[in-house]
Amino acid sequence: MSEVIVITSGKGGVGKTTTTANVGTGLAQLDKKVVLIDTDIGLRNLDVVMGLENRIVYNLVDVVEGNCRIKQALIKDKKYPNLALLPSAQTRDKTSVTPEQMKKLTDELREEFDYILLDCPAGIEQGFKNAIAGADRALVVTTPEVSAIRDADRIIGLLEANEIKQTQLIVNRLRMDMVKRGDMMTVDDVCEILAVNLIGVVPDDEQIVISTNQGEPLVGTQALAGRAFANICKRIMGEEIPFLDLDKKETVFTKLASLFK
Amino acid sequence: MALADFFKKKNSGDVAKDRLKFVLVSDRANCSPEVMEKIKNDIISVISKYMEIDADGLDIQITQTESESNNGSVPALYANIPIKEMRHTSGR
Repeated sequence: MSEVIVITSGKGGVGKTTTTANVGTGLAQLDKKVVLIDTDIGLRNLDVVMGLENRIVYNLVDVVEGNCRIKQALIKDKKYPNLALLPSAQTRDKTSVTPEQMKKLTDELREEFDYILLDCPAGIEQGFKNAIAGADRALVVTTPEVSAIRDADRIIGLLEANEIKQTQLIVNRLRMDMVKRGDMMTVDDVCEILAVNLIGVVPDDEQIVISTNQGEPLVGTQALAGRAFANICKRIMGEEIPFLDLDKKETVFTKLASLFK
Repeated sequence: MALADFFKKKNSGDVAKDRLKFVLVSDRANCSPEVMEKIKNDIISVISKYMEIDADGLDIQITQTESESNNGSVPALYANIPIKEMRHTSGR
């Protein structure tokens, strides 16, 4: 049984694309057949985060317009043959695709893949409507900031109105040092305000910047953010995984211990 | 000094939480400034039948209040209406 999951946030720059890349790669590492769709037409980005920008021949709009078959437009990942990317078009705009066309596309992809992840553009206009059209489930990404949470609240309302069955929250870029000082909202604060189920907490991690520079998702490594994404993947598959202790200092002992896990 | 600061200064995380709660109440109520203005004018016209009020000093907003029946807070329409004079003579 396959699942179509939209990764959305309302506000831009909170980590939707990074989350899509890492969750998609993480699910592929768990031997699932995964396809990532970049629905941000005109502002293509998922391809560079995945490090696949040089392999694009056809794109989402080509598929929808019938210029090519779906198979021709899918780009196989460098490391995982069970992971594919459908890139967005860079020279078109959001109106090139309709929600009905997106729904048809995701329904076709269900036959081949276990997970279809949609990287949603920022905003609540046409691009958002396209991205959620075929989705069963939504992951709402936010950071612990007033503006991002306000937008997330709006998005959660819109997802409910559009009858998305399951909406879960990812709190991204948490800084435990600031939380401890009282200068950042806690994860509990964010969950209480948004009244939605939490599926993961990702710490602010330099390694994310480094991995994005290199075009290789961080998931699968021992970096704290990478482990947080790996846990999110297991929770998506229905496993009950305790939340990471982000406060824990990495000592030689804990590093050694994690090697044997 | 440190002690005085401790009691006076609110953590910015708490400030953020309070501001966010406030802004979300009006976001969720979906009350645009135009709608609020209409409500305000209607309130003025109704109350003016019975007493003289200071229309310029009138302030209405949507806030949160603790609910008595179910625990948790619910949105509430808060109105502060300064009365200039009671109209005892206003007849029905």
